[in-house]
Amino acid sequence: MARRVLLIEDEPNIIEAVSFILSRDGWTVHTHSDGASAAERVRAHPPDLVILDAMLPGRSGYDILQELRDAEETRGIPVMMLTARGQARDRELALSLGATHFMTKPFSNAEVLDRVRALAGG
Amino acid sequence: MLGFNGLVGIALLYVAFLFGVAFAAERRAAQGRDGWLRSPWIYTLSLSIYCTAWTFYGAVGYAARSGLEYLTIYLGPSLVMLGWWWLLRKLVRVGRAQRITSIADLISSRFGKSTLLGVIVTLLAVVGVTPYIALQLQSIAQSLDVFAGPGDTAADGGSVALWSAIGLALFTILFGTRNLDANERHHGIVMAIAVEAVVKIGALLAVGIFVVWDLGGGPSAMLERIDASPIAAWEQSGGRWIGFTLLSAAALLCLPRMFQVLVVENADESHLGTASWAFPLYLLLMSLFVVPIAVMGLERLPDGSNPDMFVLTLPLAEGRDGLAAWAFLGGFSSAASMVMVATIALATMVSNHIVVPLWLHARAQGAVMSGDVRGMVLISRRLSILGVLGLGYLYFRLSGGGAALASIGLVAFVGVVQVLPAMLGGLFWRGATRNGAAAGLVIGFAVWLWSMFLPSVGDGTAIPAAVMTQGPFGLAWLRPQALFGAEGLDPVLHAALWSLVLNSMAFVAVSLASFPGPVERLQGAQFVGVFDHSGGPGGWARGAADAETLLVMAQRILGSAEAQAIFAGAAAAQGRDGALPDVTPEFIRALERELAGSVGAATAHAMIGQMTEGASVTVEELIAVADETAQIMEYSGRLEQKSAELERTAMALREANANLTALSVQKDGFLSQVSHELRTPMTSIRAFAEILREGGLAPDEQARFAAIIGDEAGRLTRLLDDLLDLAVLEAGQGRLDLRRVVLAEVLDRALAAALPDPGGLRLLRDRAAEAVEIETDPDRLAQVFINLIANARKYCDAAEPELRIVWRPEPGAVDFIDNGSGIPAEQGRVIFEKFSRLSDPGRAGGAGLGLAICREIMTRLGGAVRHLPGSEGTTFRVELPRNAAALAIDQPVAV
Repeated sequence: MARRVLLIEDEPNIIEAVSFILSRDGWTVHTHSDGASAAERVRAHPPDLVILDAMLPGRSGYDILQELRDAEETRGIPVMMLTARGQARDRELALSLGATHFMTKPFSNAEVLDRVRALAGG
Repeated sequence: MLGFNGLVGIALLYVAFLFGVAFAAERRAAQGRDGWLRSPWIYTLSLSIYCTAWTFYGAVGYAARSGLEYLTIYLGPSLVMLGWWWLLRKLVRVGRAQRITSIADLISSRFGKSTLLGVIVTLLAVVGVTPYIALQLQSIAQSLDVFAGPGDTAADGGSVALWSAIGLALFTILFGTRNLDANERHHGIVMAIAVEAVVKIGALLAVGIFVVWDLGGGPSAMLERIDASPIAAWEQSGGRWIGFTLLSAAALLCLPRMFQVLVVENADESHLGTASWAFPLYLLLMSLFVVPIAVMGLERLPDGSNPDMFVLTLPLAEGRDGLAAWAFLGGFSSAASMVMVATIALATMVSNHIVVPLWLHARAQGAVMSGDVRGMVLISRRLSILGVLGLGYLYFRLSGGGAALASIGLVAFVGVVQVLPAMLGGLFWRGATRNGAAAGLVIGFAVWLWSMFLPSVGDGTAIPAAVMTQGPFGLAWLRPQALFGAEGLDPVLHAALWSLVLNSMAFVAVSLASFPGPVERLQGAQFVGVFDHSGGPGGWARGAADAETLLVMAQRILGSAEAQAIFAGAAAAQGRDGALPDVTPEFIRALERELAGSVGAATAHAMIGQMTEGASVTVEELIAVADETAQIMEYSGRLEQKSAELERTAMALREANANLTALSVQKDGFLSQVSHELRTPMTSIRAFAEILREGGLAPDEQARFAAIIGDEAGRLTRLLDDLLDLAVLEAGQGRLDLRRVVLAEVLDRALAAALPDPGGLRLLRDRAAEAVEIETDPDRLAQVFINLIANARKYCDAAEPELRIVWRPEPGAVDFIDNGSGIPAEQGRVIFEKFSRLSDPGRAGGAGLGLAICREIMTRLGGAVRHLPGSEGTTFRVELPRNAAALAIDQPVAV
């Protein structure tokens, strides 16, 4: 069965790009663009990997990450954070909250693919 | 007696020896054992290419003809090295920080990476230096000729020059184009030059000692001979002394070959410290025995002997064949090293600024892989080397290799020195502009051509004799050697004076009259303030990435074998067992250089930045990535239109960045917001650009993705327009165009622009009441109105949205009132801050800069824009300045 990636992101064009890259590589990609209900969505259908944007309407990506890490059933899901704000402290914050990997926008497609394979390739 | 053939044999052996030296140096450098190759002494010796055959042989001739004046040629550079080392240090720092490859690159880069300036300086350098290369070829031919006996038929000057040119071209191609990166040092060539520097100074000192002690009977006897010789009686002209000293000082900075060794080949800034006293010492030694040799030559050799060849003919006449052969090798060294470095410098310029751009332009239609481009650049540089040497040889043949070449050194000096105003201005004056530099260069170049270069080709050859004496079309003030009626001046001084004065005047005047573009301002700030940005780009403070991640990335770019070899090599160098080294800053820097060779410096830097520090990638680096992406897309020939958009975006990004730099006092938060707003569209653009580049898409997919790139580029452009607008306003730049206008007409224009089709928004206004005259900048005021009207249209959430526009004579304000749900009072101030947005970005479609721009405009106009809380719907009030409003009240007009 194809491995599942949940992309939580609000920019339509970025959603389209990442979905395209991953689908072409054989991944099943689900997307979700609202921050407030994102954690619930992860709990309802746990994916093999969450790609999480840091700035979402409704709720910050860091809050969502914290909730995922606090809950027993989502604690083990790898989370790759994306951010478009180029600050070292964003990276530190994400990693201290338990993000598995942190990536700054813009990224190269190969980089995303490599990371997704590494984090959820099993 | 040592014959012609014997000497040719010695020369060939010597060349083979130099070849071995260069080869060994390259090997050591390739193995990383380049410690002593990077010593300050090698650097100092490499500077000795300042002393060409013209100084080696010609200084004695100069002294025999004009007395001590030859000293000026050494004095100028010595003064620069001793007294102006701070200028040299700035030049070297800028050169290294900006990865400058040549003097043309320096000027082009400083003035907004201008292609035009690159081409101008390249042409100037080629025209100025080609005769100089010819002079070196001539000196080799002439010096061999000295050894030729009456029976030596092989001693044909033309073929000697031809073979010399071919040999030097091969040597230069072999050691000058091993690396693609023109910014990399040429260890082999530099080492060969250093050896040649030792050979030539040794030769001159040996001949000098022979002359003073063996022929002259010791120093004191020699001094008496000098006093008795005609040289002592030469009257020195103060004007010429000062003029020539300044000229040779300037030439040290401006000659392309000197720039190559001073800046491009510089391995360490601290080497300048050693060179600042050691190089003048070298020059002093070079000049020490010039007068004795000249005096002794005049005394002993038959009348009519060529004083330029005294260094050879004196030992030869005394039967000292070995010494003569050494002197010959010294002269040969001077000529060869000058030709090699000058050719590399010129070929880099010709290739980078003329050949490659033309080739890429011509090939824009076809698919070009990046590997293809790399090979092509190497070929272009090699062809340029052949071309430059070919030109030198051609000039030698055409000029007849005769008297016309005698003063070529000075002619070339004055030519290349035309770069000086743009160079100094660029380094020290932020207000210098591209147009100013271009104007100065073109005018200086033209004056030099007219007053010096063309007359130097020979009497009546390029310029008819009548024009020389009466001026073109009888315009006496345009006579080449008496411009503006300046008669009686020395021709060299005359040309140098007028060309530099007019050059500088044009440079300053046009710079003051023109406004630098944003890229120019950015580059200007980086050049002028190079010491403020200590370290320059590329310093990685800490390594947060693990070696494995870096290896994954490096493999993707370099291929696994090469990447693993680099990592294993680094690990071994660190003394570690495994295949992975510690991620030290040195290792990261080295890796970045490796990557830069494949994907370009900017991308490599950005990639490493992301890997090691996650978030340290600056806006500049993003811009560079956008630039490179734009280039790849353009040259790939696919999606030309979209790539043009990307390119414009990259340019616009640069412009925005220039202004951002100017606003560096702004808070962190602002930059982080800008970063976010820039990166978001860049993410889509980059992702889809990569997808498109990989190809294999269905036509409809391809079209859709291209459209997304276009949309996002548009979004970036809008954001950048806003940012630029804001930056200009906040910096207090841009002139206000205050005029008397009728308020109603300003509102008419704003409405037409903001609501070409009112859609559902109903408009209520009393146009008759607005028929008042105000004094303001109508374009700026209209911009404020447009923003407020567009906001009402975007945000008014009433079922039947309407906008009322009301002129309030007291206090002189225009209110914009909509019937939406309004803005909470506590947010009334926040909305004027940059990047504040009330609803989600998708709906607003902007970055949240509109109201910030309105506020800045109104502040500049002397008024204000405010949100009036508590009123029905949303009310914005635009208050006009008191005086403008007073005028309005006093003078109602009919519309």
